[in-house]
Order: sequence, then structure tokens, then C-alpha cells
Amino acid sequence: MKNLVILGAGTSGTMMANHLVKKLQKKDWKITIVDQYKTHYYQPGFLFLPFDTYTEDQVKKKGGKFIPKGVNYIQKKIEQIFPEDNKVELSDETLEYDILIVATGSKIAPDETEGLLGPLWQKDIFDFYTYEGALSLRNKLREWEGGKLVIHLTEMPIKCPVAPLEFAFLADSYFRKKGMRDKVEITYVTPLSGAFTKPTCTKALNYLLEEKQINIEIDFAIERVDNDNKMIIDYADKEIPFDLLVTIPTNMGDEVIERSGMGDDLNFIPTHKHSLQSKAHKNVFVIGDATNVPASKAGSVAHFQAETLTDNILLYTKGYKLKEEFDGHANCFIETGNNKALLIDFNYDQEPVHGTFPFAGIGPLKLLKESVFNHWGKLAFRWVYWNMLLKGIAIPFVSRNMSFKGKKFDIKAE
Amino acid sequence: MKKVIAQTEIDVNEEGYMTEFSQWSKEICVCLADEQDICMTEKHWEVIEYIHEKHNNEEPLSIRGIKKSGVINIKEFYSLFPGGPLKKSTLIAGIPKPKSCI
Ligand SMILES: Cc1cc2nc3c(=O)[nH]c(=O)nc-3n(C[C@H](O)[C@H](O)[C@H](O)COP(=O)(O)OP(=O)(O)OC[C@H]3O[C@@H](n4cnc5c(N)ncnc54)[C@H](O)[C@@H]3O)c2cc1C
Repeated sequence: MKNLVILGAGTSGTMMANHLVKKLQKKDWKITIVDQYKTHYYQPGFLFLPFDTYTEDQVKKKGGKFIPKGVNYIQKKIEQIFPEDNKVELSDETLEYDILIVATGSKIAPDETEGLLGPLWQKDIFDFYTYEGALSLRNKLREWEGGKLVIHLTEMPIKCPVAPLEFAFLADSYFRKKGMRDKVEITYVTPLSGAFTKPTCTKALNYLLEEKQINIEIDFAIERVDNDNKMIIDYADKEIPFDLLVTIPTNMGDEVIERSGMGDDLNFIPTHKHSLQSKAHKNVFVIGDATNVPASKAGSVAHFQAETLTDNILLYTKGYKLKEEFDGHANCFIETGNNKALLIDFNYDQEPVHGTFPFAGIGPLKLLKESVFNHWGKLAFRWVYWNMLLKGIAIPFVSRNMSFKGKKFDIKAE
Repeated sequence: MKKVIAQTEIDVNEEGYMTEFSQWSKEICVCLADEQDICMTEKHWEVIEYIHEKHNNEEPLSIRGIKKSGVINIKEFYSLFPGGPLKKSTLIAGIPKPKSCI
């Protein structure tokens, strides 16, 4: 009997357990999955919690519900991986493996920025990338009387790279609905050279910021937070004052990756970008936010990766050459406020384009264009996530590799 | 797009970044720097060399990486390439602008 161990039962790990339990012979393979928490969070819902659009119950469920029968589910902390010895040490037991899948994700590391965890943390400075952060921000917004709202992104890569912009758009409509938009000055601060750095997106979307009167500060690489004067300050000594700071701190892989000596300086694991095999160890595979591949860190990307990785695990068990087919495909809804959203579809090489999705000419979803239909799509995604995505059920008509049908590549033609 | 610089024709994208690294040379680098009002010093060349090394190893460039590079600290990096140092240094180094998702 051989052992396949999956580390992390978030989006990617859970999907892999569901895929593999159907594909690996029970008599030959024992599948084990490990996670420290009992609760599985629907992280895309953290964007909506602060605005009271979703309730707590809509974004969390018991993790065990999604782990298929026949998979050994262990709720413990992973202390260290010993890839040379094919072993994983948990809090009070050691697992041996023939194949390891690392799916430990990424998380915020506010301690990487000087002053961020100072006296204002969770008083006037919040994140919404954690369940706790999103909830305290909701409570703050319910009673906030207005002032300077600064939405700030520390450094790339971050998971769901569009979430901070979506937050800015949703904040605009939230305060409008509350009748206090005139009391709030919104500024979006980014280390990148624009809110939309891909030229096609910039062309198609810059109007959104103007329309919503959101100020933008670009090329801002934060050095520290001045808690006394309520300012963020960058390496070029630029100062941006705030009354309420919503920040996306540095994102990093879990410390277990660092302890195990398997990561880069952000604790992400060097991974082959087309096959998802670890660059250092042939029997270690990496999926989702834990990899260093230059794709978006998003659930939709993990979903496409899971299909390639399942094939590759099967090929590996049989000693065949791996498929090198993952193309970086990402498919993201972008909430733009006022019950509208955009949809973008892109991969490692191809920038987001105009067109329709998933059917050429028919849609019903429109790429790079705001529509109410796209917003429904985003909200429906919560159902799709709990009922299809986690269970490894393919989403009809959406292929793992980016499809070029129905897309317009000459943006000037629009 | 084509651009003539230092009496040489180079391929650039619409933002002025070189698209063929093989066309890069020190002479072109000096002229590109000049267009950005940057006068190349010993320290600038050290940074360019570090950037090329990262590029050859397919390692992404970041401010964090600069901090740990041992070549330069971030304050110096800002003073060498004022106003968007990563953007400017990569443009001069002849490699693509650091990427992000959208
Ligand atoms: C605000 C926000 C909005 C988002 N919106 C979208 C969206 O609209 N669309 C989209 O596609 N994606 C979105 N995402 C991104 C998406 O949630 C992630 O990309 C996805 O969850 C990645 O899955 P993963 O399995 O790699 O990591 P995770 O789902 O984070 O799972 C990692 C798991 O590993 C466990 N773990 C880590 N270390 C240890 C350890 N040492 N011991 C034990 N267990 C450990 C953790 O407990 C966790 O359960 C959003 C994310 C956020 C934060």
C-alpha cells in the first residue's frame, strides 16, 4: 500500500482529494489530507462581509463535509516537511509518503511592514483577507462617520489581485447607498504603475475610477506606517494620510514551508509552471497559492490546475512522462459596484480580452465589460464553489486551458 | 514598434520597453537612461547587472528582492532611479516591465 499525502484542506487540497479518490485504486493507495482548522472558509466572500452583503454563515462550513469518504482526514498542525526523507511531521505524529501534494496556500504577513501592527491595527487599520479582519472591518464600517478612506496594497503577488480594486468600487457604492459618499474621500494606493497594469485593461477600465471619483496613487512602495500621525509613508518619503486604512499586507506562504527549507523569500515553493511538479523534488507536487508560478493566486486558477495535476499524479504513479499543459488560465469576476461586475479571462501569455464567455458570440457573460449578468455570475459563484468546485466537478463549458473562441484580440476594434 | 537609439534600431513595445533583449548593449543602455534623465554611475551598472542576473534565472523582481540583494538598499535604489525605480531600471536594463495580474 502506498501513501499519498495532501497538505492543506483549503480550496486546492479539498479539490485534489475529491479528484484522486475517484482515480487512484483503493487497494494500492491510501490518501491522507491534513489541515489545522475544522472550518473551511469561502475566501471570496470576505470581500462582501465588510459591506454586510454576506453573513458569517454564508462564508464558512465544516471542512469535513467536503472531504470524500475513503480519504483519511487529519486535523492537526503541520510542523515540518522532510522532503529528502519523504516524511511530514505533524504536532504529534509523523506521516510517510510516496507522493506529496502541498496545498498550504498563502496568508497575510502584516508584521513585514513596520508599524502596521501598531496601536491602530484593528482600530483604524484593517485587512479583509482574513475572516476576523473582514468581520472587524464590517463592524467599523457600520459606525464610521466618514473621512479619508485609503485602500492600500503592499506588494505583489497577492491572492485575488483584483480584490483591492473591487473593495474600492464596492466602498463607493456602499457609501452612496448610505447617503454619505460626500463625507468619504477614497484613495487607492498601489506599488504598481497603475490600477490596471495590463494595457488592455487600462484602456478598457480607466473610466471606472473617474466615474466613481476614486483617487489613485501609483508607484507607492510602503516603508512604514506612522501610527501617531495616521499616515503611510513610502521609500521616496511620500506621505498619505488616512482616517481609515484598509490594507492588503504582504502575502506569504505558510511558515511550515520556510521551516522545511522549501520556499523562496516569500515562502512560495519553486514549481514547474506547466506541470506543477516541485522543482526540487520529483515526488512533490504543488498547487494553488502555495506555488511560485506566475499565475494569479485564485480559486479559479487552482480549479484549472487541479485538473492538470490529477492527470499528472496518475501519470507519475504509472511512471509516464508528465503533461506540461497548465497555461496559467485565470477567469475572474471583478465587482464594480452598483450590482455590476466585469469578467476577465487570461493566461500566462494572453492578456484579458474583449468578447463573450463561455460561448463564442453568445456569452451570456461579457468579457471586460460591466454588466448586471456578470454580477449575478459572481454571486452565483458561492453556490458553485460549495457544490461543484470543491467537489472537483468540472464547471460545464469552462475548459482548463484558455479558449480563444469568441474573443477579440484587437482591443482598438472595440 | 521600432525605435532608433545610439544609431541602432531596436524593437520596443508601446511603453518603450525593449522586446528583444539580444539587441541590448551598454551604449543603448546609456541612451535609454539619458531619456529618463538618469546619468549612469558605477552603482547604476551594479544594479543593472543584478537585474540581468534575476532575469536570466527567471526570478521575479521586487522591491523586497532589492532589499535582500546585498547590492543596494531601497532608499539608494529610489535615489538612483527616481519615481518608480523598478519601472525605470527594467526599462534601461532592456527587460520587460515587472508583471502583475491585471
Ligand atoms: C478577499 C479574497 C477574495 C478572493 N476572491 C476570489 C475570487 O473572486 N475568485 C477566485 O477564484 N479566488 C478568490 N480568492 C482567492 C482564493 O480564495 C484562493 O486563491 C484559494 O483559496 C487558494 O486555495 P489554496 O488551497 O491554495 O489555499 P487555501 O484555500 O488558503 O488553503 C490552505 C489551507 O492550508 C492550511 N494550512 C496552511 N498551513 C498549514 C499548517 N502549517 N498546518 C496545517 N494546515 C495548514 C490552511 O489552514 C488552509 O486551510 C480570494 C481570496 C481572498 C482573500
